[in-house]
Amino acid sequence: MMARKPNEARIVITGVGLTAPNGNNLAEFRENLLAGKSGIQKFNVRYMGEVLAGVCHFDPLKYQKKKELRRGTRAGSVAIYCAQEAIADAKLDLACLDKSRIGVFVGITEHGNVDTEKQIYEIKQFDYNTTFVSHHYNPRIVANNPAGEVTLNMGITGPHYTLGAACAGGNIGLIQGLQMLLLGEVDLALAGGVSETIHAFGAFASFRSEGALASHADPEKACRPFDKNRNGVVVSEGGCIYLVERLGDALKRGARIYGEIVGYAINSDAFDFVLPNAQRQSECMKLALNKAGISAGDIDIINTHATGTREGDAAECQAIREVFGNHINVYINNTKSYIGHTMGAAAALELAGNLPSFEDHIVHPTINVDQLDPECSFENLVINEPRKVDKVNYILNNSFGMLGLNSVVIIKRFGE
Amino acid sequence: MTKEETKSVLMEIVAQIIPDEDLTNLKGDIPIREQVELDSMDFLDIIMELRKRYGIEVPEDDYIQLATIDSSVAYLEPRMRDL
Repeated sequence: MMARKPNEARIVITGVGLTAPNGNNLAEFRENLLAGKSGIQKFNVRYMGEVLAGVCHFDPLKYQKKKELRRGTRAGSVAIYCAQEAIADAKLDLACLDKSRIGVFVGITEHGNVDTEKQIYEIKQFDYNTTFVSHHYNPRIVANNPAGEVTLNMGITGPHYTLGAACAGGNIGLIQGLQMLLLGEVDLALAGGVSETIHAFGAFASFRSEGALASHADPEKACRPFDKNRNGVVVSEGGCIYLVERLGDALKRGARIYGEIVGYAINSDAFDFVLPNAQRQSECMKLALNKAGISAGDIDIINTHATGTREGDAAECQAIREVFGNHINVYINNTKSYIGHTMGAAAALELAGNLPSFEDHIVHPTINVDQLDPECSFENLVINEPRKVDKVNYILNNSFGMLGLNSVVIIKRFGE
Repeated sequence: MTKEETKSVLMEIVAQIIPDEDLTNLKGDIPIREQVELDSMDFLDIIMELRKRYGIEVPEDDYIQLATIDSSVAYLEPRMRDL
């Protein structure tokens, strides 16, 4: 039994701001997850033409002026929308806050590709004359751009930076926020992840060259983790930023608490550029369970990272078996099947989709499983239909990235 | 391009660069930056648009000539006359 932590050392989520291909706030997102509604559509990409992608449809002018939009990046715009929504959701009034004590920590898979491709395309119209490269190019492509745009938009003067963490970015942004709170460096953290990846052709073309770009006649069926006929990743944009704070502060102001971040872990495969490693993934899950002071049997829902690739899905299932063995009370789902791979946003968005389970006791399913791959079979894999369950006290969120970066976050229902 | 057309083009570029600003009462003889929110990066956007659209190069020493709408038109008119 672990000693009870003081409230100052307990970090809770009190606000959620998000945009996903199938929803622009948590209520809409959750509703569509329970209704099985996908957000994948046809999308035109420079040089490649029509591809399948998850596209967000939030209104950027809700929080930005037209000039800000013209000057900034799509990732910045997504981050601003999510951060502003998180503050509003947390029922905080920005004007009354000490903005020097707010930090912005945004996970990204990559940044700068979109504007680099755009600049090269533009100077091509002028025979590659580099005097036509925009003076906005550098501030758009610096790695801290999405977090920095949030501070410019909201007047936040505390620390801001991004966490370059491939497709684990969303978890790692959240973990960074937690750590900065624990260190006492900030009093409020806006933490999560964003992605603008679909606005560059590179990710699509590279996945295609790897033989890992999903294709399907029906866009909504293209992302199919655990299905025998899965054929790759659907690239998506998205964002999810949480407002996280110390439990003591949250209780003092009577905040609504979505859950407590009780466990987390990050490790590296040291194995391959792109191939997953089940052994290291399972070690990462065990580290997070240890940090939370709980055992595998305590977890109620695992949100899998599975992206719909043959090797990736199978490796994660193997890792889960290694940790959870025959704990059949663990419900397993997947959120990418609806929204594709939102890259830097994926971990944060997918976790958000599951948070309402603490209250409604429903596990949203993974959709598009027509023929379950036996390698991905679990007793309580929730497929195609939502599952009503007796209780949800702990959610474990897996998120893995290229170069062998693994991350796990465990959220506990508040009130236990 | 006539003087009027030059002014019209300039106003269109400025409107595109600062889309949130109301330009209807912009005075021609007062520096643009004293009347609307237009910072140095926006100013460089004007220079870039002139380069992209009309191939006009404005050397840095001449930037002062583009302070007001009237002085901009006076500076650009001879350079855009043959366009």
